[in-house]
Amino acid sequence: MKRWLIAALVLLLGKLRPPRALPPGRPVREPDRRAENLTFLLLLCAMAAAAAFIAFYFANPDTQFLGATLGLAFVLLAAACLVAGKRVVPQIEGVKERPELEHPFEQDEVVAVIAEGGEGVSRKRFFLLAGGGAAGLMGAALLTPALSCGPEANRVLSRSPWNRGRLLVTELDEPIVAAGIVVGELVTAFPSGADKEDIASPVIVVRVRPDELDLPDDRRGWAPEGLIGYSKICTHAGCAVSEYRYPSYGPTAPGPAVVCPCHYSTFSVTEGGKRIFGPAGRALPQLPLAINGDGQLVADGDFSGRPGPGWWGVRK
Amino acid sequence: MSGNPQRGRDLYLTGCQSCHGFDARGIQGTAPTLHGVGAASADFYLTTGRMPLDDPHSQPDRTEPAYDRQSIDDLVAYIGSLGGPEIPQVDVVGGRLNLGEGQRLFTNSCAACHQIAGRGGVMSGAFVPTLLEATPRQVVEAARIGPYVMPRFSETQLNDRELAAIARYVQYAKHPQNPGGWALFDVGPVPEGMVAWLIGLLALLLVIRMLGRNEAP
Ligand code: FES
Repeated sequence: MKRWLIAALVLLLGKLRPPRALPPGRPVREPDRRAENLTFLLLLCAMAAAAAFIAFYFANPDTQFLGATLGLAFVLLAAACLVAGKRVVPQIEGVKERPELEHPFEQDEVVAVIAEGGEGVSRKRFFLLAGGGAAGLMGAALLTPALSCGPEANRVLSRSPWNRGRLLVTELDEPIVAAGIVVGELVTAFPSGADKEDIASPVIVVRVRPDELDLPDDRRGWAPEGLIGYSKICTHAGCAVSEYRYPSYGPTAPGPAVVCPCHYSTFSVTEGGKRIFGPAGRALPQLPLAINGDGQLVADGDFSGRPGPGWWGVRK
Repeated sequence: MSGNPQRGRDLYLTGCQSCHGFDARGIQGTAPTLHGVGAASADFYLTTGRMPLDDPHSQPDRTEPAYDRQSIDDLVAYIGSLGGPEIPQVDVVGGRLNLGEGQRLFTNSCAACHQIAGRGGVMSGAFVPTLLEATPRQVVEAARIGPYVMPRFSETQLNDRELAAIARYVQYAKHPQNPGGWALFDVGPVPEGMVAWLIGLLALLLVIRMLGRNEAP
């Protein structure tokens, strides 16, 4: 690290100052061409990897690809630094006692000595370009993900595929027959004809005995025959709420609730998704359900609240 | 299977009626009616030792069965005579049962609580039992009746063939092949992560040691 810093300083100074003639009679170190070429190559690859990260971000933001390309860029940059530090910049360490620097000409002298350390490096301008390019591209790669916080985020997070009459289907796109769900059962469903990966898509449907229902007053009729729908995405950090407990005998067991396996947020299914335990900040959004003429489950509108974990503006 | 419902009724009166009532219609706030739960429920609760239960407000856990096989058959015959689902027939060896399909279905329907290797765990309000001792028949019975707070799985969600595939996977998961080496009790990513940490820390120490080497001045 220190060596690399010194190398960078040398490169910079070598660029800023007019070339100086070497004092005569001093041994000149031959530049190590192969090491320099290797450094260039590594820097170029680092740039390519950083550029690939940006390309993946826009074309196919799969976290595996993003992680691989950014990681690769860092590894290549580190390798370039290693080669440059070990083989390109001369490795002579010396300590020279000096009194406190007082006069401008003494400072000049020191700078000149440091600059001599840059000898033995050919094509400095080229180095500067490659190093700057790699740093710039990697900086850009690191900043691109900030775009995800832009206005697009709000649009993606607030769109919902649910509306009145939208058919509920299974993972295999088959409609769900209401009569096929027994009391104490949990079924995962999706909106027909929508992207199943969308954060607002997956819902859970459970059937409880109608007399167990304790829904808020404005949600009467949202649970025909005791069939209740909720978003499957935990309002804490967005895990799939996949654990379900339904007591076979209510008086001696905990009440009907869905539990998120990540941090155990527990939502009562009979009370409109009310959070009864765990870190989630708000209730599970409820989906109003209806049964169509063919006995199949359909949505009767949109969620009671925004599905998914909280973000700016969505706390309640 | 030849249970004698008459003898079952006698056993019922000594062992079960204090909670489930003289006529097996349950006692409000203590225990449910047994009319309509069927032979499947009785077989499950009795063969897993979950019933009889000392404290009706505690979670029924798996223990040694309190009755011998003949007495269980008698009790099952009596409860079965009150109506409800039969003991399911499970054939885990025959048919075209695919272990991979069983694992996929187990992952989708069971692993959230029981964990992928069936070692159980906790959820809020209840312990999730391990499936290490579950027989195929008990697995199928549990899925259909939903004991304690476990949800139920109807025919529409998992048909008999699929349930048998799950039961087969549960048998496999008791002694899974571990070609990767030490299985760390099959309890999942936490101990595996700990081991990764330990190895990673050692590697880091080594790197630090190498970085820090200094030539004598
Ligand atoms: S993500 Fe569900 S409890 Fe944390």
